[in-house]
Amino acid sequence: MIVAEKISKYFNGERVLHDISVSFEPGKTNLIIGKSGSGKTVLMKSIIGLHIVDNGKILYNDRNFLLMSPKEQRELRKEMGMLFQGSALFDSLTVEENIQFPLDMFSNMSDREKRERVNFCLKRVNLEKANKLFPGELSGGMQKRVAIARAIVLNPRYLFCDEPNSGLDPKTALVIDKLISDITHEYNITTIVNTHDMNSVMEIGEKVVFIHEGRKCWEGNNLQILNSKDEALNDFIFASDFAKRAKQNIDQTSS
Amino acid sequence: MGKVFIKPDRWKMYYRQTFREIESLGLNSIGIVIIISIFMGAVITLQTRYNLENPLIPLYLIGLTARDTMLLEFSSTIVGLILAGKVGSNIASEIGHMRITEQIDALEVMGVNSAGYLILPKVTAAVLFNPLLTILSMFVGVFGGWLACISTGALTSTDYIYGIQYWFVPFYITYSVIKTIVFAIIITTVPAYFGYNVKGGALEVGHSSTRGVVTSSILILLFNVILTQLLLAK
Repeated sequence: MIVAEKISKYFNGERVLHDISVSFEPGKTNLIIGKSGSGKTVLMKSIIGLHIVDNGKILYNDRNFLLMSPKEQRELRKEMGMLFQGSALFDSLTVEENIQFPLDMFSNMSDREKRERVNFCLKRVNLEKANKLFPGELSGGMQKRVAIARAIVLNPRYLFCDEPNSGLDPKTALVIDKLISDITHEYNITTIVNTHDMNSVMEIGEKVVFIHEGRKCWEGNNLQILNSKDEALNDFIFASDFAKRAKQNIDQTSS
Repeated sequence: MGKVFIKPDRWKMYYRQTFREIESLGLNSIGIVIIISIFMGAVITLQTRYNLENPLIPLYLIGLTARDTMLLEFSSTIVGLILAGKVGSNIASEIGHMRITEQIDALEVMGVNSAGYLILPKVTAAVLFNPLLTILSMFVGVFGGWLACISTGALTSTDYIYGIQYWFVPFYITYSVIKTIVFAIIITTVPAYFGYNVKGGALEVGHSSTRGVVTSSILILLFNVILTQLLLAK
């Protein structure tokens, strides 16, 4: 379980996170949603430690990340996997080498065991024949799947996904969402997904946290979100005229 | 930069990276070093010859001048400046690109010391390989001078060969190699620093590359003066 307590973050004197407290449970896909610029990526990067928070506590299974030495933080990060918005695959390495990289760095497996593990992860993300390709030769969806394979290769306890569907068509986005959700349940991982894609929210949002202007405004799940009374959340969910009309129709039908 | 010089996470990966960098930064620079050295050796020889009007000065001193110019200054400093442009821009743009595409963040999230993993092998590769480039440049430059002599008839081959063997000071090679090692550290660390700390997009990566090359070139010139004073002053 990951718990963030009263996290605040400033950039150049401007406050971008306001005392956010939130917990993320294992075996669930926890979603952080909000408009672009609302602070959700800063929140995620603060939880991982890529941004140093100005106030607050971050607990990984009761271990306070902020009180750890850099070495202890690096050790903890070996339990994390992350899928970045742009995939962040290493350009100069093949798919196979990208996935094998964490094994080369941190495991004592033999070359044969590493190859087997890489092939297993590639099979898990349905990319069996891409071993020798370079990231530049892959489509956006394939790059995301390779990044997921790399993120899970060390059996992480915590999985972070920053905008996993950005730049993908709706159908491929669903495939990626399903993959993240399946992996989370299969390995009982604490997964946090940053997104502003409402399809993802409705498909895999077992826990949803809504961030607006650096503040946590709402918390619930995908079944509760459409009935929320939070004005900012409703503005976000029903942003388009189409969605507003659909909401009015649902309200009229139910009344 | 303190993170660069701490013990690598995995020695095997460090060695592998170092060999890759030797190929990328060192072996791939051999061509340009040979081309520049051969032409510079030829030009130094011809310029010395055409400016030497006093009949009392023996012509073999032209060979000595070409050799010592290559040994003392050209093969270390000028090649250093050229490598600062070629290798420095490569390092700054590679690391800068990795920064803006979150590849460095990916390393950090994995628990890898990204600065150490990316920069230390480059420094090691340059410190190990650049002295070899300098020594190669010395030989090729002197050879270029000889080619200029025989192709233009400005000087006889005998005079030139006698000159390059005359009054040889072995310490000049040591001096040049010491300078090369210091320059290698500058050429790799300065652009790496600018690339590693870049923020923004492609434009900022370009700026960081330019700043890395300009700063490392100025530092090379400054350290050239300091090291010359320290090593050659009597």
